[in-house]
Amino acid sequence: MSALKIKKGSSSHSAYDLRDPNVQTVERHTLAVIVANEAGVLARVIGLFSGRGYNIESLTVAEVDHEGHRSRITVVTTGTPSVIEQIKAQLGRIVPVHEVHDLTTEGPAVERELALFKVSGKGERRVEALRLADIFRANVVDSTLESFVFEVTGTSEKIDAFADLMRPLGLDEMARTGIAALSRGKSGL
Amino acid sequence: MSKKQMTGARMVVEALKDQGVEVVFGYPGGAVLPIYDEIFQQNRIRHVLVRHEQGAVHAAEGYARSTGKPGVVLVTSGPGATNAVTGLTDALLDSIPIVVLTGQVPTFMIGTDGFQEADTVGITRPCTKHNWLVKETDRLAPVLHEAFHVAVSGRPGPVLVDIPKDVQFATGTYVSPKDTKTSHYAPRTKGDADMVRALVEAIEGAKRPVFYTGGGVINSGPKASRLLRELVDTTGFPITSTLMGLGAYPASGKGWLGMLGMHGLYEANLAMHDCDLMINVGARFDDRITGRIQDFSPNSVKAHIDIDPSSINKVIHVEMPIIGDVASVLEDVLAVWKERGSRVNGKALKDWWKQIAEWKAIDCLKFRQEGKTIKPQHAVQRLEALTKDHPDRYICTEVGQHQMWAAQYMDFDEPNRWMTSGGLGTMGYGFPASIGVQMAHPDALVINVAGEASWLMNMQEMGTAIQYRLPVKQFILNNERLGMVRQWQELLHGERYSHSWSEALPDFVKLAEAFGAKGIRIDDPADLDEGIREMLAYDGPVIVDCLVEKHENCFPMIPSGKPHNEMILGENADTRNAIKEGGAVLV
Ligand SMILES: Cc1cc2nc3c(=O)[nH]c(=O)nc-3n(C[C@H](O)[C@H](O)[C@H](O)COP(=O)(O)OP(=O)(O)OC[C@H]3O[C@@H](n4cnc5c(N)ncnc54)[C@H](O)[C@@H]3O)c2cc1C
Ligand SMILES: Cc1ncc(C[n+]2csc(CCOP(=O)(O)OP(=O)(O)O)c2C)c(N)n1
Repeated sequence: MSALKIKKGSSSHSAYDLRDPNVQTVERHTLAVIVANEAGVLARVIGLFSGRGYNIESLTVAEVDHEGHRSRITVVTTGTPSVIEQIKAQLGRIVPVHEVHDLTTEGPAVERELALFKVSGKGERRVEALRLADIFRANVVDSTLESFVFEVTGTSEKIDAFADLMRPLGLDEMARTGIAALSRGKSGL
Repeated sequence: MSKKQMTGARMVVEALKDQGVEVVFGYPGGAVLPIYDEIFQQNRIRHVLVRHEQGAVHAAEGYARSTGKPGVVLVTSGPGATNAVTGLTDALLDSIPIVVLTGQVPTFMIGTDGFQEADTVGITRPCTKHNWLVKETDRLAPVLHEAFHVAVSGRPGPVLVDIPKDVQFATGTYVSPKDTKTSHYAPRTKGDADMVRALVEAIEGAKRPVFYTGGGVINSGPKASRLLRELVDTTGFPITSTLMGLGAYPASGKGWLGMLGMHGLYEANLAMHDCDLMINVGARFDDRITGRIQDFSPNSVKAHIDIDPSSINKVIHVEMPIIGDVASVLEDVLAVWKERGSRVNGKALKDWWKQIAEWKAIDCLKFRQEGKTIKPQHAVQRLEALTKDHPDRYICTEVGQHQMWAAQYMDFDEPNRWMTSGGLGTMGYGFPASIGVQMAHPDALVINVAGEASWLMNMQEMGTAIQYRLPVKQFILNNERLGMVRQWQELLHGERYSHSWSEALPDFVKLAEAFGAKGIRIDDPADLDEGIREMLAYDGPVIVDCLVEKHENCFPMIPSGKPHNEMILGENADTRNAIKEGGAVLV
């Protein structure tokens, strides 16, 4: 198609943005941000989100390449397609940011979260908690006669579901790591 | 390999020399004394002692904008650093490359609320392009070189390096720029070939095209201006520019429509509104330009050339985004366009220019100078008339109505000759900026067109001008009002002039004299030319106190949130025939 026939408002010819900018629906995207592991880099990323009014649903960070001093920040954010594009562009211009990948659009990805649950109770409630934990393939990582600490790994929905089940059974405390995500398949970032 | 052992303080001076720095604007204090000691012991780098750290940063901005080279600032920890924050933010919003060096308490005291300790990198993180706290002397030289690289590469901006005092005292290894590991920071400069071709095709067929150019052309350098001129003149397309881009295309050029935007020219704004092809070259669709987003140029296909991917589709969605450096992209566009036969739609262009001529005929900048009171527009017009032929003229401004009048009534034929605070709109910018410009161009004519309120915000820099014999001309349009604020109160707040005038202004002539400069008061239109000539003739800093009409409004104006075709014109604009259907709402 000749470039001149680009329809007004259409972005079908754009090399950089392939979705309709007028769509106002809010999407949830998981971004993998590879950064130089230097002082303040996390503050820069978080400051960008708070300073420009973007949402953070989940954020995890750890060094993944000790020799190259690279950290991987996985951030789950929500916004309209144009806001998501802005977020990626803004992340990309932070000087110590090396790469920004949108795992939601770059093909299928797996997302996992780890959570620890402290559940206390006696008698039937305790047995029920253990039985449910088994169904969820949770590990018992600590126990006393009146409590368990369960470790659950899975999607955020699975962890939410487990928490809902544990609440009436004596859920005392919970800690979640936030989402870690990788693209599926052979090739890496 | 040049690897030498030296103290951190010496490294700072060494790195500045290796980066080709000639001037540093600064103010000493405890946490930078070792660096000042090194400055004392050398002659290559000149240090300009400002009177307030904000002044240092604006001076560095003026230096940078007028030379294309990064401006350098050196200040102490704590209050020195916090005083630099406004200037850093100003430079960030206007994409001005500056390198600010701050002293810091010794590393072992960081976090203890030590004397004059501030979390400088924390405070300045959102107002710099990047910043560093250097905790080891061996890291100092690479970080300093990287700082210069980041400041000038891609979209330019301010950077800051925070240097604890023990790092300045300790000895380490200095590496020169060429021995420093290359940075991973390398923004893309070459535009996408398919998009360039798409733009060329659009140029060939456009019926009502307009170039909308901005500060990015100036940032890109003289070559970008040259290529822009060639493209505009060979296509015969009209061109308008933002406040930040004035001079990239000459005001005397045949395609020139004048500035666009809130206080831009009627013809420029209507051309933007009615065009079918908008070619944005290094501008960022600022809200002073777009007005109401939904009504912004509703019938055009838009191209946007910008080096910063985050500028693309940030505010206005464009069909042809081209990420790259202006000079590089324009070179490609010209090459492809010529190769395909340099075609344009000549007949349609003729009609387009006819339409533009009708808009021009409104003469939206018309005003009447009558009676004994000087109209500010008249003062600026006379200043322009009496200085435009000066071979080496630089104009700075403060912020307010006078800034807009300067933009409207003064013409710029070259880039880098217009220094103004656009994005942040920092009152107090212009005077120190003029000092920076004059430092870079000692023999040039440097004028700061000022409002009295803005000027007072950094008036302490008179001391600097005197000390360094900088013959900067401060041309104050004195309306005894915070004029721009007063105008908004008149138009939008029922003429309730809440705190928009100063009741205790100084006698500017005496003020000049108190500093050892020359003061001139002009209060009669008949004396205007003579007063300006006297200012120009004096070899030294001058303050002109030009008393002007107190309640003059700056027109034309697009009230914020309105579309381009709802411009308010001044009462004197010649609107007899020109306004058509869908035209302007007139006052
Ligand atoms: C009181 C007041 C009134 C104002 N009224 C107006 C008005 O009427 N009209 C007006 O125009 N402005 C006005 N302004 C200024 C306005 O606020 C903005 O500062 C200005 O419009 C922005 O100019 P710009 O779009 O050229 O962007 P700049 O801030 O100059 O940004 C430059 C753009 O170019 C890009 N860029 C940088 N380097 C390169 C490169 N090498 N290659 C490619 N791209 C590059 C950047 O990424 C950026 O997107 C006013 C300001 C004040 C204080
Ligand atoms: C530091 C700062 N404070 C406040 C403002 C808001 N402001 C914008 S223009 C203006 C009035 C400027 O008055 P003056 O310098 O006399 O210029 P005039 O508009 O009268 O020409 C004010 C207060 C600003 N831009 N900067």
